[in-house]
Parts: sequence; C-alpha cells; structure tokens
Amino acid sequence: MTAVEVEARREAAPAEHDDTAGGRASRPRGKRRLGPGKAIPFGYLIGPLLLLGVWSWGSAAGWIDPRVLTAPWTVAATAWDLWESGRLGPDLLVSTRRFAVGLAFGVAAGLALAVVSGLSRWGEAIVDGPVQLKRSIPNLALLPLLLLWFGIDERMKIITIALGVLIPIYLHTHNGLRSIDGRYAELAETLRLKPAAFIGRVVLPGALPGFFLGLRFAVTASWLSLVVVEQVNATSGIGYMMLLAGTYGQTDVIIVGLVLYGLLGLGSDAVVRLAQRRVLSWRRTLED
Amino acid sequence: MSLTRGAPRADAARAGAVVLTDVVKRYGRGPGAVTALDGVSLDVAPGSFTCLLGASGCGKSTLLSLVAGLDGLTSGSIDDVERPVAMMFQESALFPWLTVAGNVELALRVKGVGRAERRRRAAELLDTVRLSGFADKRPHELSGGMRQRVALARALAQDASVLLMDEPFGALDAMTRDLLHDELERIWRERGLTVLFVTHNVREAVRLGDRVVLLSSRPGRVLHEYDVDLERPRRIDSTPVANLAAEITDALREEVSRHAG
Repeated sequence: MTAVEVEARREAAPAEHDDTAGGRASRPRGKRRLGPGKAIPFGYLIGPLLLLGVWSWGSAAGWIDPRVLTAPWTVAATAWDLWESGRLGPDLLVSTRRFAVGLAFGVAAGLALAVVSGLSRWGEAIVDGPVQLKRSIPNLALLPLLLLWFGIDERMKIITIALGVLIPIYLHTHNGLRSIDGRYAELAETLRLKPAAFIGRVVLPGALPGFFLGLRFAVTASWLSLVVVEQVNATSGIGYMMLLAGTYGQTDVIIVGLVLYGLLGLGSDAVVRLAQRRVLSWRRTLED
Repeated sequence: MSLTRGAPRADAARAGAVVLTDVVKRYGRGPGAVTALDGVSLDVAPGSFTCLLGASGCGKSTLLSLVAGLDGLTSGSIDDVERPVAMMFQESALFPWLTVAGNVELALRVKGVGRAERRRRAAELLDTVRLSGFADKRPHELSGGMRQRVALARALAQDASVLLMDEPFGALDAMTRDLLHDELERIWRERGLTVLFVTHNVREAVRLGDRVVLLSSRPGRVLHEYDVDLERPRRIDSTPVANLAAEITDALREEVSRHAG
C-alpha cells in the first residue's frame, strides 16, 4: 500500500482509533472471542497423553487386571524385548511398506478419478456410480473375492489397501473440486487458459482443501485395511504378530501391536496436518 | 439476422473498437424466458472510456460477458472486438493460492512468455499499479484496494486493447476508490486502452467516462447517452461532475421508480 493510501484508509475509518488507549490489538480483558482462539502448542498430544495417564493410573492402583489390559510399562518392556530379539523390526518394516505403497496407489487412483468425474459430465456419469457402489461395500466383505482373484501374496494386500484409500480421496477431492467458486472458472476463461493450465493452476489448487481432508481419512483407511489384510492372511507384519500372540494368550504383545498401530496412525495424521498447514497457507480459516 | 461473433476486421485503425448492433440476450425459453438485453446498440470508439450505468438487474454485467465472449447472444451482432479482451471483476478477482506476482504472471504464461521475461514484466506491471515490493504476498495479506490493483495489473498483462471492468471498485471505501480512479485514468491515457466500465455509481461514471450510457431495467435498453465534455483530470467532488451526476441521477430515479411502482 502506498503511504497515501494508508493515510486515506485511516481517515476513512476513524472509528477504529478512538477505542481504548491500547489501540486495536488489545481487547478488553475477560471478553470472549468467537472462534476457537489461539492454537495450543502440541495440543494434539494432550488427548492421547491424558488417555495414557488414566491407563497408567488404573494399572498402578490395581483397578485394571493385567490379564485384561497389561500395564503401560509392561507393554513398553515387551516392545523393547521384541525389538531386541529382532522380531519387531522386520514386521514393522513390512507393515509400513504395505501402508505406504497402498496409500500411494490409492491416492493416485482416487485423484485421477476425481478430476475425470469432476470436470466432465460423461466422466461423472461413468465413474461416480461405481465408486459410490464400492463405498457401500466394506473391504472386509470384498476380501474373499480379492483372495480368489489375486491370491494371498503382496499384490492382493496392496490392492485391498488402495481400494480403501481411493474412496475418501475421491469423495473429498471431487467435492472440493465442485465447490470451487464459479467465478474462478470464468476468470480462467477470460485469461484463455488452456485445459492443462486450468487443471494445474486452478482446479487442483482449488480442490486442495478437499483433497487434504480426504487424505486424512485415507491415511486412517490405509492403516485399517492393513490390519484387516494382515490378520486374515499373512505370514509377516504387525497384524500377523498380534494374531500369533492371540493364540498363545500374550496380551502384552497384542497391546504392543495395538499401540504401534495407534502411534503410526497418529504420526501419519500429524504429518498430513503439517503438510496441509504448509500448503494451504493461502487460506484464512478458524484453524489459524 | 446475423450472428457474427466479432471476427476482427482487417483495418488496424479500428483496433480497440467495440460495435454492438441490436444485441438481444434471452435466458430460457417459452413463457418463462427472461429478456436481459433487448436491442442494445452501441458504438465504442477505440481509446475511449465508456461507462455503462443502470440499476441492478439491468443487464450491465450480461453485456460485458457478451463482449468478452463468455456467453452467446440470442440475436444481433458484436463486431470489431479483438479477443481475448482483458476483464476485471469486483470480487474473487485473484486466485488466492497464487502470490501477487503469480497472479499477474498467469496472464503472461498463457501467452507463452518465458520465465525470466515473465518475472520482469510482472515486476514492471506491479510498479505501474504502485505495488512494487508486494510480489511475494498472498491476496489475503492485502487490503481490498491493493487486491484490485493486482487485478488491474493482471488485466494489463493480457496486453489487450479492450479492458472490460465489472464494478471493479464497488466494494472499496470512498477514499481508496478515489485514488484508484486517478490510477486508472492515468493508465488508460498512457496505454490508449478502450475501457467499458460497468457501475451503478453515477458520480464514478461521470468522474471517469468520456461517455455515460444509461441502461433501462428488465429488459435492458439504452435509455440515454451522455457525452462528458469535462476537462481531465477530474475530481469526483467538483461542481461540474456533481451537476451532471445530479442530472443523470434524476433520469435514473425516474427509471427505477417506474419499475418499482
């Protein structure tokens, strides 16, 4: 803004000035603001830590039977033993790899379908129905068929995970894409943007808020599908480790697996949220 | 009835002209059809500044979309328009995910201008609208007046001879608007642009236009044309501007009350 314009704007809005002596930044104390207010540093950790606190307290006070739910420190010790003996590392690696590869394929497919269906009426007519149909069929119900088609190897696991990931990515990206302000399309038309530039510069950035919401669901969906495929038919992975522990009644190992799934899910969600905040810095919402 | 859609004529002398002949625009069919424009004829000379004035719903914005080629006309013809034209809207005029420079550069990118050249030209244009130093800001970090300056810079980047403006300063406070009038007038004269400027603010129309065209409401027709023979640069609060504005306001009020009653 030019100095003149700053002056001009001040003159135009004198009411903003003769507030309290503190100026416009300070508000009267005790007055509630609408909206959630300032972000709490590491606030996303408070809930899980509280849960951990209740669990520890319950175990220490003897309210929780260790045969039902192992104490946190026993779980930590078991996890350390498993890691030391070299049983946990490879299983963790295999599970993470399945998660990542399935997520990558699912995101790519979901994104492509969303763009096709979002930008063309014919695309929508062909793509949307089958995706909605898949949405109403749980992955668990598809598993017997997928087993028959693709066998029990990695391919079937990746496909199952990708199918679970594809749905939320498609739904939210498609929705985000369709809610782009129509005037942006008009503007793109007056600029004579070519279709590729229109998709790259207008459609995809405009659909990003929806895409990220979908991605958060997709990350969770990927872990969920992973649990399913690893418990139904696998010879490696965290799910397999838990299945084995179940047969031998090792509650602590099962809890280690559950905690690992939880931590991995929470961690990957945090990564997505961080990326989201970085990439969507152009938005001003209640989040900030 | 000819439905020619503005193939540019060979003679370069007419570059920047816009000629509308009996333009009719109807939305829908049958008894539910709405006639937005009903036989609008207008001859806009190259390098002139024409303000389209009318109450809301008189089809001013429709007229601009037709000239821009965003929408097709029902009958009549629009000739001599060298497309693409540059266009500037009141709101949502910038892509919020692009920086200020990115928004300006987008218009250049379309024309295949190289990266280094884009940066240079964008900086130059931002300098023209007095926004140098804001290249890397996002639209939400700017005031309303600054956002419209960026939109103007982007419109200029298209390097078109015709600039269509759809109530570009409608959402701004009076002082900011006043400053932007000066800027727009300066840029229009420096570049010899043809400007079609839609507004419902009578004083703004008289402040800026060589000619003020008053449109009737539902359906839109040309009611009156006023030539504004006032010396430039004008002030929006000068007596001659106020007098002519009062005269036009009376005609506009008569038109509005005729419809309200």
